[in-house]
Amino acid sequence: MDKGLSLRDVTITKGGAPLLSVSHDIAPGEVLTVMGPSGVGKSTLLAFITGTLAPDFHATGDVWLDGQDITHAAPHQRRVGILFQDDLLFPHLSVGANLAFGLQPGGSRAERAAKIAEALNEIGLSGFEDRDPATLSGGQKARVALMRMLLSEPCGLLLDEPFSRLDAALRAQVRDMVFDRAKARQLPVLMVTHDADDAQAAGGVIVTLGG
Amino acid sequence: MNSRRLLPILPILTLLAMLGPVVAGLWGTLLPAFGHLPAAGLTGPSLDPFRDLFDWAGLPRAMFLSISTGLLATGISLVIVMLINAGWSGTKPFRGLERLLSPLLSVPHAAAAFGLAFLIAPSGWLSRLLSPMVTGWDRPPDLLIVQDTWGLTMTAGLIVKEVPFLLLITLAALGQADAQRSVAISQALGYGRVTGWLKTVFPRVYAQIRPPIYVVLAYSMSVVDVAVILGPNTPPSLSVQIVKWMSDPDLAMRLEGAAGALLQLGLVIGALVFWRLGEHVVGRVGKRWIASGARGRLDPLVAQGALAAGAVCALSVMLGLVVLTIWSFAGYWGFPDALPDAFTWRNWMRFGPGTLEALGETALIAVTVAMTALILTIGCLEAEYRFGLSFSQRAVWLLYLPLLIPQTAFLPGLQTLMLSLGADVGRAPVMLAHLVFVLPYVFLSLADPFRAWDTRMGTIAAALRASPNGVLWRVRLPMLLRPILTALAVGLAVSVGQYLPTLLIGGGRVQTLTTEAVALASGGDRRAIGVYGLMQTGAALVPFALALLIPTLVWRNRKGLRHG
Repeated sequence: MDKGLSLRDVTITKGGAPLLSVSHDIAPGEVLTVMGPSGVGKSTLLAFITGTLAPDFHATGDVWLDGQDITHAAPHQRRVGILFQDDLLFPHLSVGANLAFGLQPGGSRAERAAKIAEALNEIGLSGFEDRDPATLSGGQKARVALMRMLLSEPCGLLLDEPFSRLDAALRAQVRDMVFDRAKARQLPVLMVTHDADDAQAAGGVIVTLGG
Repeated sequence: MNSRRLLPILPILTLLAMLGPVVAGLWGTLLPAFGHLPAAGLTGPSLDPFRDLFDWAGLPRAMFLSISTGLLATGISLVIVMLINAGWSGTKPFRGLERLLSPLLSVPHAAAAFGLAFLIAPSGWLSRLLSPMVTGWDRPPDLLIVQDTWGLTMTAGLIVKEVPFLLLITLAALGQADAQRSVAISQALGYGRVTGWLKTVFPRVYAQIRPPIYVVLAYSMSVVDVAVILGPNTPPSLSVQIVKWMSDPDLAMRLEGAAGALLQLGLVIGALVFWRLGEHVVGRVGKRWIASGARGRLDPLVAQGALAAGAVCALSVMLGLVVLTIWSFAGYWGFPDALPDAFTWRNWMRFGPGTLEALGETALIAVTVAMTALILTIGCLEAEYRFGLSFSQRAVWLLYLPLLIPQTAFLPGLQTLMLSLGADVGRAPVMLAHLVFVLPYVFLSLADPFRAWDTRMGTIAAALRASPNGVLWRVRLPMLLRPILTALAVGLAVSVGQYLPTLLIGGGRVQTLTTEAVALASGGDRRAIGVYGLMQTGAALVPFALALLIPTLVWRNRKGLRHG
């Protein structure tokens, strides 16, 4: 299969001791959930896929994205988007500039501004361009972080316990939005979580590690 | 600029810039110390330089001064700082003292020394304020306070400057020591504040601040500018005498100077070993003290005393700056009068042009050196991040090495070596010499905040397709604006305060505010010293003010960076 995110015989070890092994194909628009308690190396798997694995870990196996082997590509050339449990909006940039950071280069200044205005509109934050991200509510930050990532037009999406910091009411809302957008854009999604609710809501295959 | 090729060599370049001159200088000291100085037509090896050195009648006293000022200044500063922390950390008076002391850190040693001298000399401000009402003096008493034979005033001058330094170092270390909870627990077990802190927090904190303490010891033993201003003259401390020998027009005197430099190095190493042994003794006694379960009945008294000592240090430097200011504007100022008859701009008109010229030279050197140090430091830290390198505890000692080897041990050798190689003394070599001392401080100041940056920001930025350089320039550096500017200010202040490298490597031809101010010490023109001392302080202090102000202005609408 060409499209989608494939993990082929991925094994990660630390100091010779095996940490985890995964081999799985994620089709476009589908979600693979990797579950397990903290400390089993779930986030390490994501670091391997984004190309930011810490030097004390060792990984074998390949990562393919849309028919390309990205195992050894530079992190910024992989076209893999990621969301963490914190929004990680750049604190020195305005909301608009955060989105512009994600937006692919090209287009006139006015066109780019229009795209950002439209993106803000889509997440219900029209006119928020000049706001300081630190002044947004938790839900608003989560939406900006998601939109910033989508504007960079990734071919796959990684979620690292993305909803664990949100309170219950917000959680379902943000979660639905993330999965809806990912499905609408036909992105293969890999989520790691220790939360059974999140895994259920994802509606895809669930792999449990270290259990 | 191809960063892929440049970045990996930056750590090596940094080590070279920091240690190269030290190694070359020690080599250049070693040869003449054993009678080998081809430039003066002398070839060794011979032991004559050491024979001459040991024949010098002032040597025992000079050695004693080096050891006593070093151990006393370090020991007393450390005790004051530890007891202040033990008795007051987390309280209101502590924050007040911290706020008083932190700007004082950047006051150059020379300016602080002049201020202290103007304060406590027989004809100083304190004596004037108390005379004749309290003391009954209508002329300055004939007392040798400044430049006393035992070097006590010099020791005091070092203490008032080292207390702020050690306090800030300790505060940085305390963040990782979980001090508050340890003290809370020991208080719940019935221990006094001070005793509880000393028994639970001190061992952890001391292990972390050990390298800077050794730096203070090595520095206090071999300091030159403070010794010239506050130290005894006949004989002076060993380091001052070394500089005298090195400045002698007779090249043969350099041999004796080189031998003295090696002796100074030996003294510092010996004192460091002695201190290390002292640590073991204190550790052993401390263990017994902890096992005894003593709760500390004298704690309140000890805490009050420490706070008072800290306040005296802060006040000495601040009142010293005040009296420098008064002198710089003073018209006629007869002895028992508390203030001058008149305030005038005349001193500033007279010495202003000279200070401006020196300020230009000072700024040119400081900006070049501090910027170079900053670029090298960021390069090292970024290389560490990109290539996943990690520096061991041993590598951290490399950073402290240039600060642990006494300046008087390798700078004379560096000067002699340059002379032998026919290299010209002047501004560029002075900059390289400054870099040796500026680099470690810039690195130590920036390393923690740079490493503490959330690397997930980098992962996110890379996932948004920013290149490694893009992440650095567009995300990491802007977010770290405040610590970067602080590190730059530290570098500027260190360069501004450098006396010996400027004097020796500049061959007397590079005149900065510091060399000019210290040169005024023997003349005793208090108005000129007031003007130069203030300019020197301003040159070191203004960058710190800017480092606070600029990020606040630039990020005034960014709440997330307000306390970074």
